[in-house]
Order: sequence, then C-alpha cells, then structure tokens
Amino acid sequence: MSGAGPAAAGRIEATFARLKAEGRTGFVAFLTVGYPDVEATLRLVPALVEGGADVIELGVPFSDPLAEGPTIQAASFHALENGVTPAVCLEVVSRLRGGGLQAPLILMGYYNPVLAYGIERFARDAAAAGADGLIVVDLPPEESGPLHEACLARNLRLIYLLAPTSTGERIREVARRASGFVYCVSVTGTTGAREELPPGLDAFIKRVRGCTPLPLAVGFGISTPKHFRAVGQIADAAVIGSAIIDEISRAGPSEQAARLRKYAEVVTGRRGAAT
Amino acid sequence: MRALPDARGRFGPYGGQYVPETLMAALAELERAYREAQADPAFRAELDALLRDYAGRPTPLYFARRLTERLGGAKVYLKREDLAHTGAHKINNALGQGLLVKRMGKPRVVAETGAGQHGVAAATVCAMLGLKCVVYMGEEDVRRQALNVFRMKLLGAEVRPVASGSRTLKDAINEAIRDWVTNVETTHYLIGSVVGPHPYPMMVRDFQCVIGRESRQQILAAEGRLPDYAVACVGGGSNAIGLFHPFYGDESVRLVGVEAAGAGLASGHHAASLAAGRPGVLHGALSYLLQDRAGQVTETHSISAGLDYPGVGPEHSFYKDSGRAQYVAVSDGEALEGLTLLCETEGIIPALESAHAVYYAAGLAQSLAPDDIVLICVSGRGDKDMEIVAQALGDSRG
Repeated sequence: MSGAGPAAAGRIEATFARLKAEGRTGFVAFLTVGYPDVEATLRLVPALVEGGADVIELGVPFSDPLAEGPTIQAASFHALENGVTPAVCLEVVSRLRGGGLQAPLILMGYYNPVLAYGIERFARDAAAAGADGLIVVDLPPEESGPLHEACLARNLRLIYLLAPTSTGERIREVARRASGFVYCVSVTGTTGAREELPPGLDAFIKRVRGCTPLPLAVGFGISTPKHFRAVGQIADAAVIGSAIIDEISRAGPSEQAARLRKYAEVVTGRRGAAT
Repeated sequence: MRALPDARGRFGPYGGQYVPETLMAALAELERAYREAQADPAFRAELDALLRDYAGRPTPLYFARRLTERLGGAKVYLKREDLAHTGAHKINNALGQGLLVKRMGKPRVVAETGAGQHGVAAATVCAMLGLKCVVYMGEEDVRRQALNVFRMKLLGAEVRPVASGSRTLKDAINEAIRDWVTNVETTHYLIGSVVGPHPYPMMVRDFQCVIGRESRQQILAAEGRLPDYAVACVGGGSNAIGLFHPFYGDESVRLVGVEAAGAGLASGHHAASLAAGRPGVLHGALSYLLQDRAGQVTETHSISAGLDYPGVGPEHSFYKDSGRAQYVAVSDGEALEGLTLLCETEGIIPALESAHAVYYAAGLAQSLAPDDIVLICVSGRGDKDMEIVAQALGDSRG
C-alpha cells in the first residue's frame, strides 16, 4: 500500500494555502444533495460560497447512515425519496462546475453506494464531474486500500477521519495516507448541532497536529459563530452540516438561498449577529 | 483447516471492519479482551458453568419419531435450543459476551433485537450480571412482539423503539451502533448475531458453536455416525453458523441454511440475502446484501421478525461461494406449515424462525432413504409468535 504520493496540487490545497495566507479559519459547509430537492442544491451551494464557505461537502444519501444524528438522517431519507442516487450527485457536481463554481467540492457518504457504483468507475466519474475529493464515513484505513488507489489515479483526495478515540498509532497511520486535509471528528458521537464544544477537543487536535503538516478540519457538533471562532483557535477549518440542514428546513423554498448566504456570513464573521 | 476468519477478520473476501473511525479503538479493545478471555481457563470454566447451571445446557438432541414416521423418509433429529433458558439459542452468545463485558469493566450494554429473543437474552444476562441494559427495537417489531417487550422490561432493560427506516431489525442495529459510537467509553455493544464488524462474526460464532459441538457428540452417541444433513434457519445466521461450524471439516455432512422467502422470492418481499442479494457493506461487514442498483439497502419482509434482515453473517457468504453450505428459501406460508407440522406430530411449537428450517428439512427428509439422518436446529420456541400465527391461520382454525 503506497502513501499519499505526489499529488498535483488542486483546489483543496490552493484553498488552504489562501486561508493560511489570509490568516482565516476555513468554513467547510455540508449539505445533503437533493435536500429539499436537486434544483435547490444547485442554488444553495453557490449561496453558501457567496456567503463565505470555502469548501463544500456534498452529502451522498444512504439508506443506513449510521454516523448521522437525526437531522442529517432525515435529510438523507428525504433525498432518497426524491430518487437521489450517486449518479445524480455526480451530475450535481458537474452542473455546479458548469455554473462556474470554483470552490473545492467533496462528496461525502458511505461505502456501499460507492461499491455498488464501482470503485474505479466512481473515482473516474467523480473526477470528470469536477469533484476534488471523497469522504467515506465507514471506511477506516484498514479497508480503504482499493478506493485510496482509485482516488490517487484520478488525482482525487480521499479525506480520512480521526476521532478522539483514535490511538497515536492510528493517527500516525492516517497521517501517512492522508492528503488534502484531515477531518477531525470533535466528539465520540453522531453528527448534530450541540450547545458546547467537547472539553477534550484541544488536546485531541494537538495530538493530531503533532503527527501531520496537513490542514485539520474539525466537524460534528459545530453550529454557531462562537464554535467557529473557538475551532479557529486550534484548527484550520470548521465543518458545519446539521445546522445548515436546519437552516434550510426553517426557510420557505424562495428564502433558502438568502438564508444560507446570511448564515455563512454570520458564521465566518463577515456579518454581525445577535449570537 | 485454514483459520476462519483470517488475521484481518476476513472470511475469504467477506467480513472486515467498515465502521466510523470512532469505533476502531473499541473493536481493537474488544478483540484483545476476547482473545485474552479465550486463552484464560477461568473464563472458559465460568462460561461452561453458566451454560450448564443457568442456561440448562446441554440441550437435548431429540429423535422426532412421529415426524419421521409421518414423513416416511430419513430419520429426523431435533436440536432443542428452544429448551435453553429464555427459549432460544440467543442465551449462548449473551452469556459469553456478558462475561466479557464484566472482564472489560464496562457498566453498560446496548443491544438490538428483531423478534425480541436476543433482547430478552441480553436483558436476562444483564440482570444476572448487574449490568445496565438498553435494547433498541424497531417500532414495527415492538408492535408484533409485544410479549417479548414486556419480558425485557420486567428483566430491567430499557426498550427504545426505533422509528427510522423500515422500523425493523436493520434500523435497530443502526440505532444501537449510534448509541455505541456516542457512549463507547462506557458501553459494550452486545450484538445478537454473526454480523457486524470483526471480531463480532468470529466471537458470536465461537459462543454459538456449543450448538454444533453438542449435536456432533449427541448424534454420535445416538446413531454411531454423523448426520447426512444439518439444517438451520438463517437471518443473520447465528444458530446456523453455531450448528455448521463444528461440522465444517466433516465433508459427508451437508449443511443447509434456510432463509426467509417471505411472500416469495419473485415478489421482492422477502429477506433472502444469500439467495437473492449481492455482496455489499452494511453494519460494518462485506457480505451478501439485499440492495437496489444504487447500493441502497432495500426493505425486507418475513412473517418472522428474527429473519427480517437484509444482510447475513459474512461466514455464510463465504460458505455459499465455496459451496460448503447450500442456502435455500422458504416462504411465510411454508413456514406456517412447518410450524403446524411440528406441533401436530411432536407437540413442539417452534419459533417462526425455526419453522422455516423445519419446513425445508421435512421436504428433504421425505426425499431421502430411511437410513439417512437429518438434523434440524430448533433455534427457539414459538410462544412469542402465537398472536401472529393465530392471525395467519385464523381463516382455517378460528
């Protein structure tokens, strides 16, 4: 099994380099493809980017999303009801690029739909559509070999996750394989907005930081500008997902784009807010 | 015989550890604790004593004389797991994992249940060992297995109905895994079948192999030879693998797993992963899986809640591909026939799950010669199913 190898620098690397130069915390925004419908996704992604999102994670819905809390589970089931398949998600990537979107796009989901699509074929089509990377929640390094190779061949980043329970040995193993950035799961738990950041987060991020020069993004449980600023003190980027789904759910169809733009502006501090 | 699974938790290509990173350390800890326990004679002795004094093992191997006469073919023997404490084979695994939890020093257990038999076994063992127990159960199953819900509560467990997805066993496992991810430092996931990420399929298999080891000794004592067929029902497949594995090297013993064909394989409303699925990843393992073209897990149907699961243990997938075992499917209606057949000829009410094996084995025995031997695992008793059976048979007997 080879390591990350020399990957041609892409949108993800350029984005994190720019963030570093500007001294900003990256905002990685997650939303489920096809929630509430595919046309909405095509409007909402540019709105998030206009509001300040630096990287977009497009959730590929799966019938059994076992790392998700209630919010993303519901969005995922809704999208499945709408007939959203991995092929539809790839088409959304392609259409977003066709619309001129420049931000890095990462497809995030579970392994079985990728397996059913065909590992090599999925990597090929994702790259051709204009995706920059993949996150597969239920694919630890022990099992990632085939997809890792397929991603390398297509200059896609396979983004690995680390958790507070990861041992030093596992952190070093992920650091050896990782490219793009490392996704640090803030809590032992599922996705979903929480009131406070977990107390051990600082120490966990320091453990990872000691093992890799790659940018670190912190996700799970992050929802407010306060969380975002706190993550900015210790990591390179914050991932927000469930809170974005909640914002979409609270708005009528015609208001969703404006609402997400504003949300992104508030989170990244471009716009003041009561919170 | 080569090691099954291999060091990476694989049965051929099947099995593995497809789980979120958060759980990987817990799986490593579990495997370490299990291997240490296995090597510790004190652990073995404690488990053997509980299997004997608490669960009532060995369970009998019973020659079904009237059933044999009725069928007019092979001799039929029944492995009476229905006579184990709590009424099913599930107690074998629950006791093993329960003792392991005590060793690991975790105070809390989560479990999933379909028919409720594993939930009852987990609740029972947790009561006996002083562990806190939370059981996840699909809303649909809570409805159709009300008696077992009450039993679990009586035994001190908290039963949490699961409203997501198809509201059955698959979704109960999703919720149990979510709970485990969240509380992994203090909680053990006491999985009830030979499914899930490594080391579960191996560990649960090992705890259930008492079924096959006893059966092997008992049939040798009764007949002086091994059976020609060993037949068991397969949902996740723990009673089947427990029966099959100890006969793995006995090539003269043909192994037959019976899946739930529900309303018929052609109808699409069934739970026959091995007969009608293709390899995929669900609940941490690569195995045969009922899924659509896009890799979404499909909803299943069986009259038996315990077989109503779209996946199957990875060792069964390996046995299927290698041809070591044969897998067939029996419909809801046929399972009911199997149930009434055993009631009328032997005065034994099997669980609807086990009734699938009874039906197939009965047809098989009819086609064989009188000196052939068919051994059926009656994995559980049918009391829990009486309401469903009464409803289904209502027209003819009501």
